[in-house]
Amino acid sequence: MRITVGKGSCGIAAGADAVFDTLKGKAPCPVAVTGCIGTCHLEPIVSVDDGETLQTYVKVDEKGAGEIVKMLNGEENRAADYRRDLDCGSNRIALRNCGIINPESIDEYIAKDGYEAVKKCFSMSPEQVIEEIKISGLRGRGGAGFPTWFKWRAARDSAGDKKYVICNADEGDPGAFMDRAIIEGDPHAVIEGMIAAAFAIGADEGIVYVRAEYPLAIVRLGKALEQARKKGFLGENPFGSDFSFDISVKAGAGAFVCGEETALIASLEGERGMPRLKPPFPAQKGYRKKPSNINNVETYANVPWIIRNGGKAFASIGTEDSKGSKVFALTGKIANGGLAEVPMGCTVRDVVYKFGGGVRGGKELKAVQLGGPSGGCIPKGLTDVEIDYKSLAATGAIMGSGGMVVMDEDTCMVDMARFFLDFTCKESCGKCTHCRIGNKRMLEILERICGGGGKNGDIELLTELGEEIKAGSLCALGQTAPNPVLTTIRYFRNEYEEHINEKRCAARQCKPLLAYSVDKEKCMGCAVCARKCPGGAIAGTVRSAHSIDAEKCVKCGNCADVCKFGAINVK
Amino acid sequence: MNDIDFTLLAPRLEKHKGEAGSLIAVLQEAQELYGWLSPELLAHVAEETGIPPAKVMGVATFYAQFRLKPVGKNLILLCQGTACHVNGSAEIEKAVRDYLGVEEGEITPDGLFTYNSVACLGCCSLSPVMMINSKAYGNLTGAKTVEVLEKIKSGVDAK
Ligand SMILES: Cc1cc2nc3c(=O)[nH]c(=O)nc-3n(C[C@H](O)[C@H](O)[C@H](O)COP(=O)(O)O)c2cc1C
Ligand code: FES
Repeated sequence: MRITVGKGSCGIAAGADAVFDTLKGKAPCPVAVTGCIGTCHLEPIVSVDDGETLQTYVKVDEKGAGEIVKMLNGEENRAADYRRDLDCGSNRIALRNCGIINPESIDEYIAKDGYEAVKKCFSMSPEQVIEEIKISGLRGRGGAGFPTWFKWRAARDSAGDKKYVICNADEGDPGAFMDRAIIEGDPHAVIEGMIAAAFAIGADEGIVYVRAEYPLAIVRLGKALEQARKKGFLGENPFGSDFSFDISVKAGAGAFVCGEETALIASLEGERGMPRLKPPFPAQKGYRKKPSNINNVETYANVPWIIRNGGKAFASIGTEDSKGSKVFALTGKIANGGLAEVPMGCTVRDVVYKFGGGVRGGKELKAVQLGGPSGGCIPKGLTDVEIDYKSLAATGAIMGSGGMVVMDEDTCMVDMARFFLDFTCKESCGKCTHCRIGNKRMLEILERICGGGGKNGDIELLTELGEEIKAGSLCALGQTAPNPVLTTIRYFRNEYEEHINEKRCAARQCKPLLAYSVDKEKCMGCAVCARKCPGGAIAGTVRSAHSIDAEKCVKCGNCADVCKFGAINVK
Repeated sequence: MNDIDFTLLAPRLEKHKGEAGSLIAVLQEAQELYGWLSPELLAHVAEETGIPPAKVMGVATFYAQFRLKPVGKNLILLCQGTACHVNGSAEIEKAVRDYLGVEEGEITPDGLFTYNSVACLGCCSLSPVMMINSKAYGNLTGAKTVEVLEKIKSGVDAK
């Protein structure tokens, strides 16, 4: 008998610590920790394994934990209220152990065939390892989708006495958290993937560059590295091989652009994280000017599975163009948010409806945003598109690193475009003019449109600027920054036109375009709104209907927020 | 000239001595110790490491994590990532701003709070999210946010 509590960052934010403590103190069996299983909207999640069956309990609060304890003690209980069978997809590869094993126990990882792939590598030649990855068709999961074997080959072929293997765990796309979940839930999978890469290219040093905002991931990774060293999997001559390799962890300091590989290298070297021109590619001249291989967390996490099961097994999943499966972080206006690992080739609609249970609150789906600030919005009508690098690119969106943000009828697409551009403007390193100034100009136009000052010709100007910035920027940050604007213009031009011509925001997100008025029928005359109005725009006597002076209204929305009777109309 | 106790930092500087590219790590440790990077502290790091002051400043201003102004006792990180934006982070920011009565980056008169915006805390499925003293609070509403702040203020959940 064993109990596990999901203690990823999401579980902890939902209250898993208190649940864990209650169970730990009172349950008549061992209580262990596990990572995020993917159904984050059901956290805190507790599973009880009696050796034969595994029962899961969801949204467990302290009271629920008490009920589970009673159940285990054979007392009368209401634990069944929390019971739920979880279906997270049985064919997970990158997330295979997440939410199942204790990430702080290397033995549990080993029990799941952990480190078998490394052992197998040592019975192969580096060329054979690269060949296996080539057969698998694995492409980078960090955004660009470059074939992994090709990068390994290039780093192997680069001359050099010293080579590095780097793991990109900067996870900059706001709204994506699969890399965090993998490191928190199964850190050894990443370590094992890095060892295989190091063996393949001939590196003896590895570095994981982790986002500063992920303190728990840094702790778990540190523990895992310590354990791997103790077992002799890292360090000198693991499994009696003549190969040596160790890994260190570096915390980022909060800069999106540092996810770009050359900027990441600059940051590792203690510099400002500014990208540089490629070539030379990191495989030729990377960290400390030595050949370096950089892959994403999820890319590495796939590697041990591929080595163990063979490249063919991986390639049998997916489409002609894209092999294997991909993890998506499903968020936004979604009923069941979380991590979905799906085979390539399934549709965006499937992820949203089958995994995510559709739009929250029964509202109408408007669009799905993929790829974050570098990506684009896919309108509802195109959600039958297959998840595949080529098919997604044809829509103007990208596979990206796996952020999938669902938007409903209450999301304003012009505001979304403004939001992403505001982000990229803040995160532009400032090195090249197109990105630094061009994006700023685009942002100003969008702010003007959202603020009610849209003019004829704005859409054309945005399109022109966008194309120029894409063509003229040095790194992919600038080259992709206009994408959210261009795709929303492509699919939601009517919303731009409404904002510009009619000064209207149908989703009611752009406050300056809204008009507030009082519904005389509903108003009870409580005067709460008048007291909260910073502009003194609301007048009326107590216990009779009030009114709003549109001239004085500053459109802060306070009145609508505080009215208990729903008497404020917003149009 | 100052009342900063640099001896706290000395062992950390010693640890990274001669290590190429350790400036970011040094600044991170300095900030952890002193809460923020004051001009005196940056000058001290430059002097001790032999890295030109302009470069130290350049790195300190490049990364969002480095704070060049002092912060309140409890640091609120408000997520403004995509998922949180879509799910109403603007309302949370308004609730925090109204409750504290200060703008982003400022310290409340009682010295208890500062709030800063961040891009994503990685708890997107619980959006909107804020983090206070490394603890994440999810599924927020304006009212829930005020409740959390009130608890901290009254010492129930204080640091
Ligand atoms: C602005 C920008 C941000 C990026 N952020 C990330 C990131 O957070 N994580 C990541 O793995 N790759 C990121 N990338 C992609 C990396 O440059 C690089 O292509 C990737 O880490 C390579 O690994 P892969 O081949 O396994 O995908 C980013 C690229 C750009 C241009
Ligand atoms: S977008 Fe707010 S936690 Fe990710």
